[in-house]
Amino acid sequence: MGEAAGTYRKLRLLDAAGLGRAIARMANEFVEAEGGTDGFVLIGIRTRGVPLARRLAAEIERTEHVRVSVGLLDITLYRDDLSTIAASPVLKKTEIPFPVEGRTVILCDDVLFTGRTVRAAMDAILDFGRPRKILLAVLVDRGRRELPIEAQFVGKRIATSATEIVSVTFRETDGVDDVWLLDRQVLPKTPRRAARRAVRAKRPKRRSKK
Amino acid sequence: MTTKRSESPEPAVPRVSTLSRKDLLDIESITEDDIRLVLDTAESMREINQRAIKKVPTLRGKLVANLFFENSTRTRFSFEIAERRLSADSIAFSASGTSVAKGETLLDTGKNLMAMAPDAIVIRHQRSGAPHLLARHLPCAVVNAGDGTHAHPTQALLDAFTIRRAKGTLAGLKVAICGDVSHSRVARSNVSLLTKMGAGVTLSGPATLLPVEIERTGARVVTRVEEAVEGADVVMMLRVQKERGGGLGFPSDKEYFDLFGLTPARRRLAKKDAIVMHPGPMNRGVEIDSSVADGPDSVILEQVENGVAVRMAVLYLLIGTSGDD
Repeated sequence: MGEAAGTYRKLRLLDAAGLGRAIARMANEFVEAEGGTDGFVLIGIRTRGVPLARRLAAEIERTEHVRVSVGLLDITLYRDDLSTIAASPVLKKTEIPFPVEGRTVILCDDVLFTGRTVRAAMDAILDFGRPRKILLAVLVDRGRRELPIEAQFVGKRIATSATEIVSVTFRETDGVDDVWLLDRQVLPKTPRRAARRAVRAKRPKRRSKK
Repeated sequence: MTTKRSESPEPAVPRVSTLSRKDLLDIESITEDDIRLVLDTAESMREINQRAIKKVPTLRGKLVANLFFENSTRTRFSFEIAERRLSADSIAFSASGTSVAKGETLLDTGKNLMAMAPDAIVIRHQRSGAPHLLARHLPCAVVNAGDGTHAHPTQALLDAFTIRRAKGTLAGLKVAICGDVSHSRVARSNVSLLTKMGAGVTLSGPATLLPVEIERTGARVVTRVEEAVEGADVVMMLRVQKERGGGLGFPSDKEYFDLFGLTPARRRLAKKDAIVMHPGPMNRGVEIDSSVADGPDSVILEQVENGVAVRMAVLYLLIGTSGDD
């Protein structure tokens, strides 16, 4: 996947190796912070929270030799902006085939921005039961929150402007592991004189009669 | 405004999708893509019905009016449950005990109701075309929950959903629909949907209960039930609609059962892994034998279960979003 229409690549935040290292560190942090993997479950928010959750689970399995359950969550039905958008977002399946009651749920998403997705995800998880606690793991925290929500485990923190976009791609979903900061393309301003000259050049030349 | 504004853009996959129409009136007026979208959305809705807390906040603050001018148990409950599971407010309206009993016309009832600003009206009416009349005159979404002998689109969608879950696909299947075809809006909507999706439909029933020119729907028509059932992947039995005069088409229930009822022997003519369906309510011992209705191939109760998910999908797709571009 390249950049979205009308944007350009401004800065690479993580390459494939960096992404792998960030995930490995985050996985270690959970295990350390929680003193083990007892009662752990990972829930990935669709779309790109899912590969993140799966990779974190694989990393925990590699280092701790424990299989952690991974669930998938579609938050569409919990969005707070449904009545303001024109067409229904495509619903994907939520699959949480284990009880969350009393567990430590680690919610995974690729980018933390306004916090609204996470708010919706927490509401959704609470409809499945009452977890002991919910923690948040994100690959990139780009700031600019609109709700009081914080991530406990962060791959990369970066302050962004409103026009910027953080693009996360995973091998599983997009063919390549990559994290880029994109920005809107701004057309270069033409100096006034050059612009005037350009207009003049376009005008048909007056022909002298012979 | 959008929750996932920041997320990486997904290129090829469309992020939003919606039905091509404001209303769901019949199967003829919706596209194959619409049908697929409803069925796919219903898959996600089905999961909600298996949770501990079977409710999502999606239609919070939306009002759905259920207008049932004709008796209904399954469909009315199914719609009400679907509305509640999506957190919509719903009001029930039945013909008795309301202004209709005092002689108000349908359109006046609809316009008065509209003044109370519902987002959707679910209507069942004994007259074919009644939902279309409301849809033409009212700005809200109108969902046909069965009109006369014309159409019952949500039933056809839930039947298709049930078949697709059991068989994996609709295209290429052989479906037998047997019984009182004349009075059956379920049959009409099912023929329309299944042929649209590439299934082959055979209709059968007593000649007195097969409408003339029914072949024009694209279905094969036979009078012997055995011929229809033979080699079928799906056997759908229809109720003899005595309240619409379906009982006048044959001498007695016993004779109907002997000649047209789905007995274990007739069931064996269909494929080994065939499923048996019935839109309900069943007349046991008339169109279907109890041992078949309660047998291992019967998906009759799954149809009811799936009805809620399909109606949730329809309501979500019609009124879940603002709808204006």
